[in-house]
Amino acid sequence: MTVTATPTTDSQPGYKWVGTRPVRHDGLDKVTGRARYGADLNLPGMLIGAVLRSPHAHARILSIDTSAAQAMEGVKAVVTGADFPMLESGGEGSGEEYYDPRDLCRNVMARDKVLYEGHALAAVAATSRREALAALAAIEVDYDVLPHVLDVSEAMAPDAPILHDDLITEGVDPIPDEPSNVASRYVIDRGDIEKGFAEADVIVEREFVTQPVHQGYIEPHAVVADVGEDGKATVFCSSQGHFMVRSHTAELLGWEPSRVKVIPAEIGGGFGGKTTVYVEPVAARLSQKAGRPVKIVMTRDEVFRATGPTSGSKIRLKVGATRDGRLTAVEGSMAYQAGAFKGSPVSLGCMCAFAPYAIENVLLEGLDVVVNMPKVAAYRAPGAPMASFASETLLDEVAEQLGIDPLELRLRNAAEEGVRSVYGPVYKRIGFKETVEAVRDHPQYSTELGPNQGRGVASGFWFNFGGSSSATVHINEDGSASVLTGSPDIGGSRASMALMAAEELGIDVYDITPIVSDTESVGYTEVTGGSRVTHATGMAVIDACRKVVTDLRARAAKVWDVDVEEVEWVDGRAQHVSGDRAPMTTRDLAAGAAGTGGPITASAAVNARGAGVAFSTQVCDVEVDPETGAVTILRYMTAQDAGRAIHPSYVEGQMQGGVAQGIGWALNEEYIFDTGGTMENPGFLDYRMPVASDLPMIDTVIVEVPNPGHPYGVRGVGEVGIVPPMAAVANAIHDATGLRMSELPMSPVKVLEAIGANGG
Amino acid sequence: MPATLRAVLRGLESALSSPPEEELRVRFAMRYVAPTSIEEAVSVLDGAVAAQVYAGATDFIPQLRMGRPEPGVAVDLKRIDRLTDLRREGNTWVIGAATPSARLAEEDDLVAELPGLVEAAGLIGSDQIQSRASLGGNLCNASPAADSVPAMVVNDGRAVIAGPGGMRTIPVASVVTGPGTTSLASGEFLVELVFDRPPPQTADAYLRFIPRTEMDIAVVGAGARLTLDEAGRCQEVSVALGAVAPTVVMVPAAEDILVGHTLTDDALKRVAAEASAVCNPIDDKRGTKAYRRQVAGVLAVRALKLAADRAARTGS
Ligand SMILES: Cc1cc2nc3c(=O)[nH]c(=O)nc-3n(C[C@H](O)[C@H](O)[C@H](O)COP(=O)(O)OP(=O)(O)OC[C@H]3O[C@@H](n4cnc5c(N)ncnc54)[C@H](O)[C@@H]3O)c2cc1C
Repeated sequence: MTVTATPTTDSQPGYKWVGTRPVRHDGLDKVTGRARYGADLNLPGMLIGAVLRSPHAHARILSIDTSAAQAMEGVKAVVTGADFPMLESGGEGSGEEYYDPRDLCRNVMARDKVLYEGHALAAVAATSRREALAALAAIEVDYDVLPHVLDVSEAMAPDAPILHDDLITEGVDPIPDEPSNVASRYVIDRGDIEKGFAEADVIVEREFVTQPVHQGYIEPHAVVADVGEDGKATVFCSSQGHFMVRSHTAELLGWEPSRVKVIPAEIGGGFGGKTTVYVEPVAARLSQKAGRPVKIVMTRDEVFRATGPTSGSKIRLKVGATRDGRLTAVEGSMAYQAGAFKGSPVSLGCMCAFAPYAIENVLLEGLDVVVNMPKVAAYRAPGAPMASFASETLLDEVAEQLGIDPLELRLRNAAEEGVRSVYGPVYKRIGFKETVEAVRDHPQYSTELGPNQGRGVASGFWFNFGGSSSATVHINEDGSASVLTGSPDIGGSRASMALMAAEELGIDVYDITPIVSDTESVGYTEVTGGSRVTHATGMAVIDACRKVVTDLRARAAKVWDVDVEEVEWVDGRAQHVSGDRAPMTTRDLAAGAAGTGGPITASAAVNARGAGVAFSTQVCDVEVDPETGAVTILRYMTAQDAGRAIHPSYVEGQMQGGVAQGIGWALNEEYIFDTGGTMENPGFLDYRMPVASDLPMIDTVIVEVPNPGHPYGVRGVGEVGIVPPMAAVANAIHDATGLRMSELPMSPVKVLEAIGANGG
Repeated sequence: MPATLRAVLRGLESALSSPPEEELRVRFAMRYVAPTSIEEAVSVLDGAVAAQVYAGATDFIPQLRMGRPEPGVAVDLKRIDRLTDLRREGNTWVIGAATPSARLAEEDDLVAELPGLVEAAGLIGSDQIQSRASLGGNLCNASPAADSVPAMVVNDGRAVIAGPGGMRTIPVASVVTGPGTTSLASGEFLVELVFDRPPPQTADAYLRFIPRTEMDIAVVGAGARLTLDEAGRCQEVSVALGAVAPTVVMVPAAEDILVGHTLTDDALKRVAAEASAVCNPIDDKRGTKAYRRQVAGVLAVRALKLAADRAARTGS
């Protein structure tokens, strides 16, 4: 297909390509079904793997007998925990890549204990799925079932069943000598909390409860692993980072990373949940044992029962403000479910809850609590949504009590450049105020409401990350360019990379082929997570393009026999300053490359530091059916600071996607467990994500306050959109009914109960 | 055997045993039969141990995937003309037991005469599901939450059943005996569903409550049908509730309260209370007992009002 993208009027002043909306390069293959996702690869001789999962939420494994399974027809390999090295704690990670090898290896294959219903404890590879499933049924496991615990308060009680005998709470003084389910305590302590509340004219305090929710990506985890006679593994899978899959898979198998090559498949959604491994090391070990490729594709049921949801939480918060609406103090405690292994995002929740505001006196405690459910994984702005549900609901209450418009309250307290954030650093140029103003000035904010209707607003914050990324740019013989990166494209990042390369090289965006390369074809790159790709990988692309341009200028100088300083690069051509030589395009220079130094190519790598923080402010209009408790979202609008929108359509897509997931979290999504700790709703019928007809068109306003830490001003845009919706919906329900909903989800049953409790 | 030969054979073996696309699917061991006449179907079912009939298979296949035991023989009923028919016959509507529910909305006269039945069928799943899902399957699957059943019951639907002993007709209301169980004997299957064409000033309605707007399962369903006289007073009233008891429950009190009267707020309040009272719901992941009771009353009233609006319009 030949499409020429014409820069539209959308393009930013000073930019030709940045800010335009070309059709994404990978779009056609995706809408025609040609794109290859994790489950699409089939190899000759391939076996089908299946995983045996615990039926118990907490049990000691007394014995596993695989002999009958091993002997069955069609079964070529069986593995259990004994086939993987036992790793111990250590290794440092950061942000969304934090992990502890001790926990990861036990999560992928249980050892002495199963810690949640769905915990993997054995796997088989057979010539068909049918045979594989039959073999699983033939594995005999002897369990000593133990009492389990799911609720954070119960998990912290003195007589709670203990998940890990060696888990000693970190961050408390003195160091406890008994194990508990509290993995760590995190504290933000700033200013003088007593003075802050003494200055307050109003104080509001409330407790909030939220349930675990799943990322709900459409594509289940899927992998094909092929270990060759040379002992090297090729792993084809969809993930948010194939370098992450390589290092985790190698580590869990006891190998060096270079023994594993990971080929990234297209990814059907991740939202943070594909920043770790589950079946990849298992498929590799099975393949090694069987001598044949092994494919494992999770069912939806397995995705729910064994991969990361995000934490449920219990949060108590207290906020004080003066009569004129100045926030004087915030204090509270948050306990998050970590799942079976430590590492909930509770510290991030503490940091984010009040980050949009300038508040001097802060005392927040975060508790990371292990419970018998799947280990949580990152989910879009991990930790922030539940904390902001609490904080932004309380701000609404403060505004109500003081008779101040809720947006005005936010403007009066808005953090800006130079303010020290609640979590520590001093803000550089930020666009929080601008997002609030965008909502205030949007027509929705003054649309009249009917009976049983209400309006709510809320704001949110997310850090965004930078980190390590690599890129390589080749100028092809025809003058087009290939741009290779190591960042899986989840949200349209190929198009953004191509736009930035087009801007730098000065050639048409469709003359650029953006490629997600495997682990042996491009330099190390961290996961697609933390809203880091357009920022960090974008910087690597820009750097590599600039090196190419420098090279192209030098080659033109060589052809013209002039000083390189006399050659300018304008609109994809080398021009001599005098103007008396015919300019040379990339095509001209590529054609003559052999004579000027060989192929034209450059690589760049960054460890990007200057990530720009992101803010979002949103307004939600609802109608509540007072007889059934059903909440209908009538209108929704979100304003977000993107720094610079490289491809505005995909920025809008991220903003809308975050809101859609947030509304699901607000209204219906939740893990439901039976009394034995078994998940009762591991499917999309009863795990109620919103369907298309549940949502209105979500209106977007992109605010652009450039990030000084990126050449074009890019901030991450992928995550912050999910932070405000729960409070925006809750505040709208309050406006419609007078009820303060402090528990998620705000399902019809709960809303009707609240209406009834309020006297109907 | 020399090692090299073994390696070659192993290669061959793996090459031969690798239709991977095939391996990925759950392969069924059951036999498939598609009779083209009622007689043939009866004899297939008579001979086969553990045979199961199906129509759209929108319940059947998901249930197999969730681990229900496979039958020895799966009998596809869709090749029998009479089972996929939809016709007006004398003073009745006859809907084949395997007719896709999407067909109902395409029949303008049916939409005009039994709008509630059509809207109930139109709530099942999505367009894709409705292009397969049948009323017969919805009924015989015997889910307490099946959407079309309350609508069929308020319209006094009859079920025509074929079996080794010939054909018999019973009320739709007596087909389902409990969750997942029916009164059909072994070897019997449903042929068609029959409804009288409504007299003047008569209309039906069906409403359900789900937490989302589609692709969900009824927490409560309410079917209503009524006939009004010239003055707008109820002459006949029928209300049936789904998902609030093991099988569809009728609200006989609605008739006592409303016949001879108009739908006053006060009367409807009493109907709501009676509807809540006849429920025998369970607490589960989809709703609480208290919620189901309360919403059953709400929906019964809303369905009655909707049916009354329709009846008033058909009269003139
Ligand atoms: C995504 C999805 C959404 C759905 N949403 C809804 C919904 O909103 N509301 C709702 O009520 N249902 C819903 N269903 C369930 C299902 O679609 C309906 O119950 C449908 O009407 C079943 O019809 P069928 O023809 O597909 O039945 P089948 O699956 O073919 O059969 C269902 C059962 O009935 C038996 N049976 C079928 N035909 C006969 C016959 N002629 N005689 C005797 N026994 C018979 C079968 O043996 C089987 O036990 C949904 C299903 C799916 C997959």
